[in-house]
Parts: sequence; C-alpha cells; structure tokens
Amino acid sequence: MKDQADSYVTEDGRTIGPVVMEMKNITLRFGGVEAIKDISFDIREGEIRAIIGPNGAGKSSMLNVISGFYVPQEGEVWYKGARRPSMKPFEVAQQGIARTFQNIALFEGMSVLDNVMTGRLTHMKTGIFSQALWKGAAEREEIANREVAERIIDFLEIQAIRKTPVSRLPYGLKKRVELARALAAEPSLLLLDEPMAGMNVEEKEDMSRFILDVNDEFGTTIALIEHDMGVVMDLSDRVVVMDYGKKIGDGTPQEVRNNKEVIDAYLGVAHE
Amino acid sequence: MFYREAGDFNTTYAEDQQTFPIKFDRYRYYLVLFIAIVVVPFTVNDYWVNSIFMPFLIYAIAAIGLNILVGYCGQVSLGTGGFMAVGAYACYKLMTAFPEVSMFIHVLLAGGITAMVGVLFGLPSLRIKGFYLAVATLAAQFFLVWLFNRFPWFYNYSASGQISAPERDTFGITITGPNTEAWAAYAFCLVFTIFSAYVARNLTRGSVGRKWMAIRDMDIAAEIIGVNPLRAKLTAFAVSSFFIGISGALFFSIYLGAVEVGEAFGIQKSFLVLFMIIIGGLGSIFGSFAGAAFLVLLPVALKVVGVDILGWPTDIVAHLQLVIVGLLIIVFLIAEPHGIAQLWRVAKERLRLWPFPH
Repeated sequence: MKDQADSYVTEDGRTIGPVVMEMKNITLRFGGVEAIKDISFDIREGEIRAIIGPNGAGKSSMLNVISGFYVPQEGEVWYKGARRPSMKPFEVAQQGIARTFQNIALFEGMSVLDNVMTGRLTHMKTGIFSQALWKGAAEREEIANREVAERIIDFLEIQAIRKTPVSRLPYGLKKRVELARALAAEPSLLLLDEPMAGMNVEEKEDMSRFILDVNDEFGTTIALIEHDMGVVMDLSDRVVVMDYGKKIGDGTPQEVRNNKEVIDAYLGVAHE
Repeated sequence: MFYREAGDFNTTYAEDQQTFPIKFDRYRYYLVLFIAIVVVPFTVNDYWVNSIFMPFLIYAIAAIGLNILVGYCGQVSLGTGGFMAVGAYACYKLMTAFPEVSMFIHVLLAGGITAMVGVLFGLPSLRIKGFYLAVATLAAQFFLVWLFNRFPWFYNYSASGQISAPERDTFGITITGPNTEAWAAYAFCLVFTIFSAYVARNLTRGSVGRKWMAIRDMDIAAEIIGVNPLRAKLTAFAVSSFFIGISGALFFSIYLGAVEVGEAFGIQKSFLVLFMIIIGGLGSIFGSFAGAAFLVLLPVALKVVGVDILGWPTDIVAHLQLVIVGLLIIVFLIAEPHGIAQLWRVAKERLRLWPFPH
C-alpha cells in the first residue's frame, strides 16, 4: 500500500500524485435506509478513479456526497489535505469540483457557447456595476474567458454547434456539451455520473477518448461512475466496487476483476 | 435581398459578441436611434408625445425590468404595479424634500430605493417557486398600495390623498408640471429608456445574465457550476425593481403629473406589464420594446379605426380591446411562447436565405 503523500508512475507513463480527496467512514441514511455504509476511499491527483456497482449500490449517492447535495450523517470528507466542513453545492463548485449528471442537466434555453461559458462563472469576478457599463473590465474578462471556453470547444470538437440552442441537439452531443461545461471550470476534480449511459458503441468510444484526453492533456483528476465494465476496466487506474451501500472491493482493475466478492456481486452467488 | 451577412466577417471575439453582429442590423439600429434622438424631438406635438411616445418609453422601461425577473431569471412576479408605486412615491418625496436637486438624480434614486424594496420582497424566492412565488409578489402589490394609502406621510398629508408633481427642472429646462414642453418630457424619458436598455443588454449578455438564465433553466445545475442561488435571484429582483422604480417615477412625475395610488398602480398595471412581456417575448430586450409598443398602440389604433373611421360607440371599442388582448395572449402562449421577438427572429432567419431557401 502506498503512502498518501507518495507519487508513482503508471505503466503507461503518467504520474499519479498524492491523495487529493479522501472519504473517511462515510455513512448516509435516508430515514431508516442506509444508502452508504461506512465507506472509505481516496482519490489521487491525476488518476481516473471509477466507482462501479450494481443498480442501487449507492454510487450516485456517493457522488452527491462529494458534490455537496447530500450531507452524510457520519464520516469526514478531506479535500486537499484539510477536512471539508459541510458545504452547499455552489461552494463545492467554487472549490474546483465540477460534475456532470446521469440525466443531462444543461441549460436548455441557452446556446452551446453560453452553456460552456456558464462553466467559467466561478472564474468571473467583475461586479454588477462594471458589467452594466460593459466597456473595460467586464468586456476584457468576458473575452479572456471566451478564449478558454473556445479552447474547450475545440478540444471536444463541437465548434460547428457553438451557436445552436442546446434544446435542438441530439443526446450524444448534449452529453459532450455537458462535459465541456464541466471542463470549462478547469476543475481540479471532475466527477462524471455515467458519462456513457444510453450511448451506442461509437459514441462510447468517442467519449472514452475524450475522457482519456482530458486526463492526459489537462492532468485533470477524474472520478466516474459507469456501468459498462469493459469501459471501466480500460479507462480507470483504480476502481471502487460498491454493493448495497458497502464497499466490497478497491484496487486496480486487475485486482478487482479477480476479487471473489465482486464476482459474486456481479454474477450472483448460490445461497445455501 | 438586403438582409445579408455574406462578406461580413467577425475576426475577434469582441466583434462576435457585439449586440448586433450583422452589419445590416447594426445600421438599422443606428437609424432608429438617430430618428429617436434627432428627428422626433423637433417634430412631435403634444398629442403624439402624450398618447404614444411617453407611455411607450415608460412602459418599455417597466417591461425591460419585469423581463429581467421573469424572462431571464424565471421568477414570476405580479408586483410590478406596487414597485412602480414605490418608485413614484420615492420620487415624490425626493422632489418635495430637495427641490433644487436635478430630476435625473431623483429618478435614479427612486430606482435605487425600489431596488432595495424589491430585494426585500424577493427574499421568499429562495424557498418558493412558480405559482406560489407569484402569489407572494401579489401580496407585495396589495401591501404596497395599502401602505401608500394608509400613511399620510407618503403623500405629504395632502387633503386629496393624491400626490402631484411640483414644477421641477433639469439643466434649466422644465420637465414636470403643467408648463412642460412636449419635446422636453419626451427627451427626458428617452434618456432613461436608452440607459435602461443599454444596461439591461450588458447585464444579460455577461456573467450576471448567465447566472440568471442558469437559475431559470435548471436551478440544480446552476448550483453545481457555482451559482449562489439566493444571490442570483436577489440581484435579479434588485435590477428588475430598479428599472421598474425608474418607470414608476417617470410615469408619475413626467407622464401623469398627479397620481392616486390604487388607480394608477393597481393590479391592472402589474398585469398590463406582464402581458407586454408575454406578447413581446420573454427573455428578450427587443421583446420588451415590441410588447410595450404593441399594447400602447393597440388602443390608439382601435380608437382611430373603430371610433373615428367606423363610427362605433366608444364603450364597444374599449371592450373590443380587452377581447383582443385576451385572445392574443392565449394565441401567443399556445403558438409562440417567445412572443413577437421570436417571430422577428424567425423572419430574419428566413430573410437571410430569401429568395433561395435551398
């Protein structure tokens, strides 16, 4: 087991840094139902960390704890070496954690460009009065952030639709725009909730390529939930496996694949 | 054939982000401004100013204000009349307390005071949405009207309970009271209308506007990208009330001259401005102007056609107007929820390709 502060180099030559986020003994209850039972795991800087498990295992709840929608009854969240007090989702976002949703949560009334620009909001600081004047600080800030947004748009190959209203786009492109919006925030931790749900093979391949490229080019730390085992095993550096709110496995894809509990959870087991 | 963007290239982001990226639109806009500033003041008479231009300019400001709240931020409000009353009474108190100060300052301050009142009544918006928020703002409407009737301090203990604008000037030109010249009143309102449209456009195209629209389209997603919902909603309430307060101040001091609060700023006023933005187009500055123009011109046009040309009795024409407005609102809500502004956009899209659409 490596130490929290250690860095190491993976087989494909990427450097994985020290622990950036650590969940310690998280327990989340809804009334009498325990959605998450005493789970601990960590996310290292620069890695792709997958959370997998059967339906209802508590994966999305875990992501919601990280992004501040749910406050766990027990346990601590450590982020960048400090214990995180309980926060509203917008404060979590301001700390540099961005996410996408399982069911797309784009702003339907706005264009693709405007949607991506909303991702820049945490970086835009000019006050309401200088914005009312526009000329000067507000315009400079807008253009500087537009350049960042355009880089992301280029990167994800959605230049052609930048002025199209999001409501007119097909599903696969919407998923990509949502990724663009999350990336525009230049997050230090990116949470992806089933980025490939409902996609065909080609779209999945595209999305996988984008996820790898994002991690490679920007060095973004990514935590993702995914059902497609093939994808998860190919993409991720380490995998957490959950079942019925409990952690049943944690390690490299190879370790997890050979874990007996994990095989039981996925393939079923004979009950005597 | 004229409406073309061929050969019209934007090479910087600043050019791409300007309000009218297409040259033809830009020149048309300059032409309208030129006519409004240079031609109209020298050619209008009392009738045109009082029945068309002034109500249009003042309602356009109110519509811009309400559009920011309803169209951009998605918070339904039925308190417009009440907030206009705040602007009017604030302006009245300032005018009588500081007679020597310029009217420009009074009107702006009246807007600022209304903004603060608006924030106060916007506080419930964090917890309640949609219909329930509409009812809460309805409470603001009735409470504010009651307040201005109930406490004589607001109308300086006048016997009639009305407020009437004393004669005041700005830069040496009389703009309130009976001795005002038509062009001066027009010019004064025009300044505020242009100012409001300019500020509203700048706010809605920048990060503040994106926060509002994010809250409107999906508040959970807005939070996840770092928008503080309470602050975004309250700034929308503040900016919206600021404009509505300005329009209320102008409506009282320049346009009507004397006001009885329940009559001038009752619930009908709230609905009138709401109808303007529904017909004109939610979430569009141009729509605010279009809606205001439409509802100001409709009664005038009906009167000219119905009474003057066809010789119908006045009351039938007045009722006909209610029928037409009601009908139009139903038609727009079903057929084109984005109003005249959307019709205009679609027409422009078609024009770009006309006459060879394939």
